[in-house]
Amino acid sequence: MICQLINIKKIYSTGKVNFPALNGIDLIIEKGEYTAIMGPSGSGKSTLLNIIGFLDTPTEGKYFYQGKEVSNLDDDELARLRNKEVGFVFQNFNLLPRLTAFSNVELPLIYAGIGIKERRKLVMEMLEKVGLKERANHRPNELSGGEMQRVAIARALVNNPSLILADEPTGNLDTKSGSEIMKIFDQLANEGRTIIIVTHDPNIASHTKRLIRITDGRIIEDKIVK
Amino acid sequence: MKFIEILKLSLSTFKTHRLRFFLTTLGIIIGVMTVITILSLIQGLNMTVEKQISSLGSNTIFVQKIAWQMGRIDFEEVAKRKDLTIEDGEVLKKLPSVDKLSYTKSTNVGTITYGINKARNIEVIGSDENLQYTSNYTVKSGRFINEDDFKRRRKVCVVGSYIVENLFPNTDPLFKTLNLGGKQFVIIGILEPKGSFMGQTQDNIIIIPLTTFEEVFPRQTGFQRVWRSLSFQILPKDGKNLEKTIDEIREVLRRRRRLGFDKPDDFGINTQQTLREIYKNITNVAFIVMVAVAAISLIVGGIGIMNIMLVAVAERTREIGLRKAVGASNRNILFQFLLEACFLSFLGGLLGVILGIGTAKIIAALTPLESAVPVWVVIIGVLFPICVGIFFGIYPATKAAKLNPIEALRYE
Repeated sequence: MICQLINIKKIYSTGKVNFPALNGIDLIIEKGEYTAIMGPSGSGKSTLLNIIGFLDTPTEGKYFYQGKEVSNLDDDELARLRNKEVGFVFQNFNLLPRLTAFSNVELPLIYAGIGIKERRKLVMEMLEKVGLKERANHRPNELSGGEMQRVAIARALVNNPSLILADEPTGNLDTKSGSEIMKIFDQLANEGRTIIIVTHDPNIASHTKRLIRITDGRIIEDKIVK
Repeated sequence: MKFIEILKLSLSTFKTHRLRFFLTTLGIIIGVMTVITILSLIQGLNMTVEKQISSLGSNTIFVQKIAWQMGRIDFEEVAKRKDLTIEDGEVLKKLPSVDKLSYTKSTNVGTITYGINKARNIEVIGSDENLQYTSNYTVKSGRFINEDDFKRRRKVCVVGSYIVENLFPNTDPLFKTLNLGGKQFVIIGILEPKGSFMGQTQDNIIIIPLTTFEEVFPRQTGFQRVWRSLSFQILPKDGKNLEKTIDEIREVLRRRRRLGFDKPDDFGINTQQTLREIYKNITNVAFIVMVAVAAISLIVGGIGIMNIMLVAVAERTREIGLRKAVGASNRNILFQFLLEACFLSFLGGLLGVILGIGTAKIIAALTPLESAVPVWVVIIGVLFPICVGIFFGIYPATKAAKLNPIEALRYE
């Protein structure tokens, strides 16, 4: 068991109006699971992913990560968890435009305090894994959308995280690039990595082994598909 | 995360926005440059003035009707003061701590001529043989005036090098005669040049016996009497005990002038030290003005840096969000932006120091001023802007560090 969420609530308050994005989520993610979270926009699926990935903290409820409660950690500890335990893949890639593919992948290693030689080795390994070894010195504006997302995946993997979280990873890609990206995720799942993908695309969800449906901040369906 | 990595990160942004960063630091550059230039010139002036003050004769005490001082002088009171007398001088000469005492009176005779040659702005000094020691004159050729000249009221004179240059460019002036106040004076000696003091030559002088002076130039009138009346130059036996000698002189003069114990001195005892203090007062004012200018320009520069850092934080909101998402702590982000601000202001300071030294050197080369760069000014010129960078960078950096990663990532 990697993650255990107990009655997680997230309430956004804008002045007088309180908007509950998550309304009592109970969820367990086991090691090696390949999960899709689906739901209409505004259903809270991204918020859930952000809480699982320590980017956000719940308003109420308990979150145990590998048996340890993490709902009340301070910023430094959350930063450390984001760095070591989680690899994020975003819909819009979020690569730093000034940096080369190599430097973008290197970022998490720098914040982990890893030495320059070790970094070089790990970054090149990861770029090779996503098939972009030759593109190491290109900047994002010299790469195609699919290539940018592969750089982002390499960045998510480079610190060898326990959890890979992807928020609409194919949302900005054409069908062909999208299916290439999904191949990489499938391969990572076969290697035994724990992956959660947020999507509203049933084709994407069909790659995963577990499907969770969310509406209005509640889980309405949670089933093993394969 | 290691410090060196954050440093590299901060520096990497400078490549992309060179012009912007240069314009931002302009305030600091100009501020530091101005201060360094002016302080270098003041320092150069200090050295020049010190050299010149020392040239007065290091231990000579000047007793006059008026004290050298800054600020307002009560002319009415000063004009009413009694003149110093030869008798006063005779008593002072007997003090055990006094080595040599010379009497002086002087007048400006304006332009004098010899044949077709002219010399302007000539000072005639009536004195005696001791002036050679108290004013530190060296005779180049001929001799100085002596006791005999004084007693017999001879019409002889010793001339400064300025007179030789202007009146006798091609001939030997010795034993030629000069017309002063309608009388003919024989030149018996020529002085070595003394150079200039505060931009004025000290070699435009003619020294004649005091006794002759009183015959040829009868009493002066008006304000001339204050400066041009009889005064003494005194050389103490022991230069280290200047204060004691001054006290003894003051004691004698107060008694002879019958001053009550509650009355202030109605004469002045002046030394090199007096001049130094006056000069120091002037430069202290200049120094305070400089500090104010520096403070204002550094504050303005600092605000510029704060402004551009706030822009940078806004522009790079998504970058900050992403960095946080891959594991940057608040402290990492804080240091990244703080170092950027520090580096900006440090560069500004460094450039300012270099430009300031350069400007001072150029001014020194083109004008009679000298420049000298004190090391402490360079160190402060570089370190102080860094403090400004920290001070004005802390707010934008804190703002960056506190950004919520999700909101930052969504920022368009």
